Amino acid sequence: MTLELVLFIVLAAVAIAGALSLILARHPIRSALSLIVVMVALAGLYLLQGADFIAAVQVIVYAGAIMVLFVFVIMLLNAGEEERTSWSRMARYAGLPLAIYLTVQFAWWVADGASALALPAAPAESEPTRRLAQLLFREFVLPFELTAILILVAILGTVVLGRRES
Amino acid sequence: MVSPSYYLTLSAILFGLGVIGFLFKRNIITLFMSIELMLNAVNLAFVTFSRQWGELSGQVYVFFVIIVAAAEAAVGLAIILLLARNRQTLNVERINLLKL
Amino acid sequence: MTLFEAYPLLLVALVKTGILLFLALTAVAYLSWFERKVVGHIQSRLGPYRVGPHGLLQPLADGLKFLFKEGVEPQGADRLVYYLAPFLALSLALSGLAVIPFGPAEIEIFGVRTTLAVAEVELGLLFLFAITALGVYGVALAGWASNSKYALMGGLRSSAQMISYEISLTLSVIGVVLLAGSFNLREIVAAQQGYWFGAVPRWFLLPQLVGFLCYFTSAIAETNRAPFDLPEAETELVAGFHTEYSSFQFAMFFMAEYTAMVIASCLATLLFLGGWESPLPTTGAFAWTVYLPTVVLGGGGALLLVDALRHHRGFARGVLALLGALLGGAAWAVAQPMILPLVQGPFWFLTKVFLLLFVYVWVRGTLPRFRYDKLMAFGWKVLLPVATLNALVTALVVLLRESGGLAGVLR
Repeated sequence: MTLELVLFIVLAAVAIAGALSLILARHPIRSALSLIVVMVALAGLYLLQGADFIAAVQVIVYAGAIMVLFVFVIMLLNAGEEERTSWSRMARYAGLPLAIYLTVQFAWWVADGASALALPAAPAESEPTRRLAQLLFREFVLPFELTAILILVAILGTVVLGRRES
Repeated sequence: MVSPSYYLTLSAILFGLGVIGFLFKRNIITLFMSIELMLNAVNLAFVTFSRQWGELSGQVYVFFVIIVAAAEAAVGLAIILLLARNRQTLNVERINLLKL
Repeated sequence: MTLFEAYPLLLVALVKTGILLFLALTAVAYLSWFERKVVGHIQSRLGPYRVGPHGLLQPLADGLKFLFKEGVEPQGADRLVYYLAPFLALSLALSGLAVIPFGPAEIEIFGVRTTLAVAEVELGLLFLFAITALGVYGVALAGWASNSKYALMGGLRSSAQMISYEISLTLSVIGVVLLAGSFNLREIVAAQQGYWFGAVPRWFLLPQLVGFLCYFTSAIAETNRAPFDLPEAETELVAGFHTEYSSFQFAMFFMAEYTAMVIASCLATLLFLGGWESPLPTTGAFAWTVYLPTVVLGGGGALLLVDALRHHRGFARGVLALLGALLGGAAWAVAQPMILPLVQGPFWFLTKVFLLLFVYVWVRGTLPRFRYDKLMAFGWKVLLPVATLNALVTALVVLLRESGGLAGVLR
């Protein structure tokens, strides 16, 4: 058993447990915490696959900025526990089993299809971060600049939405 | 080296859990978080394929997905704040009228 | 690598982690003593003086007190999150220390070759930013879980402040990353080797002076220290996010804050002050500077021995004489030709970190607290544009230099 496999199993178990806890938790703060755990575990999986920069971005932007925003809003709204609503009979008896069946089936299809994939033959890049930067600022420079505009529009939209009408 | 199929299966499971969360949760903020979970699952698949084919552009896509998710979270949470201010509830089943 | 082959590596990492944890926690405890002393003298007081000579045993007494106090849990608190928050804050702060290299060379102890860092992370700088980014949760969750108005206000304020200043913190070091061309802390230090005109160290402090000032200001805000300690402004919010915490949970927040200070100072040293590089060339007329560690330690030991004579109580005399003798012994040890080259790096590194920590305390003792709206306005309207401009100008200079002037860029 290699060290990588042990780490994969641990991180995968943490990620799945976090995702389950996101669904099962009644309080939104608990759900947010679970999602942060999933994100950090995924960052570990990215590291295992040699995607160091993406792992760092995942923790800095996703776990450190986006999820802080979620936690912030939950705290600001003082959101309480989720309300229980009465489900229709069909949803109660057929919904959950069907959803679980579909998830398992989906995972099965992917596992089945991906099992044919061989282990990667291409050697890992010697300086992946440098290469990534070159890709971002040469081949993908137009999409990159477009995301800058997207972020700007998002900021403007947030400011307009968040403003109190006087 | 761990086979890429393991990573892809994990990605599929996480995506499915995200779908379940989106369908079954009632709090609009948690719904939003389920979407983020699905995006994360997709990112894992991107990174795995990036390693599989030795093609770093897969990681560039992850980068873009994260940026779009950040923009989406900012606008989405602003909308949720407005909703909560106007309707006094976060339960999506009570937010079912276009006009008050 | 199979699991079996990995055991020795894991063992070495475990030992290094243990040593670092012990040193860090001791340093943090005495940092609180140091801060109280310095702030005391700034305000014409003596600071702690009762427990041991010069209050040297005060941190020990404080620690014991924290351990034996009753932990109070507020009514209606979310138990899991309430106990998770201080743990999260402290463990994140301590794990940041793991990637900081304290010296240049590989050392060999008991036949094990290892470096002076717990983990050699390729993207060390990004790892530290990731840790800092997660640090917000300790504070925000503590405020929320306490089920108290003051704590919630403090938690909200601090998360807003930390997210805002994190942006200028990250932007202010972009210049250094551009100049060094790497996220690796060792490579960044290596890029600062050498001297201009034979005597001025090629630290990034000079070309990145604006970046350094932005970094240090944001770091003070990021660690919630005065004059930006709005999250715990006692005149408005009792104690901010940790109002409801007592006993060891409080101590954990306390240690997390001081560890964050140490990490911010270490990072500033690595990025702007040349890390473990000596400020003076070690050749020619300055060759004697390799004995500076001996001089400093020996001088300190002598001072303590003289001071022991002034004291009247036998206990104080004994403690001071023992400390003086220990320092003297250390001074003798580091002068040995075998150890001499090994201590150069850590000596300069720790000296610079200590100076920056002094500045931290100095700022706290001197400047009045900001008002909250002014703090946010300063972060967004002054610090962020300046840091962005600094990054842009540096990028332009690096571009011109790498492509050989304007003609090379346009081509």
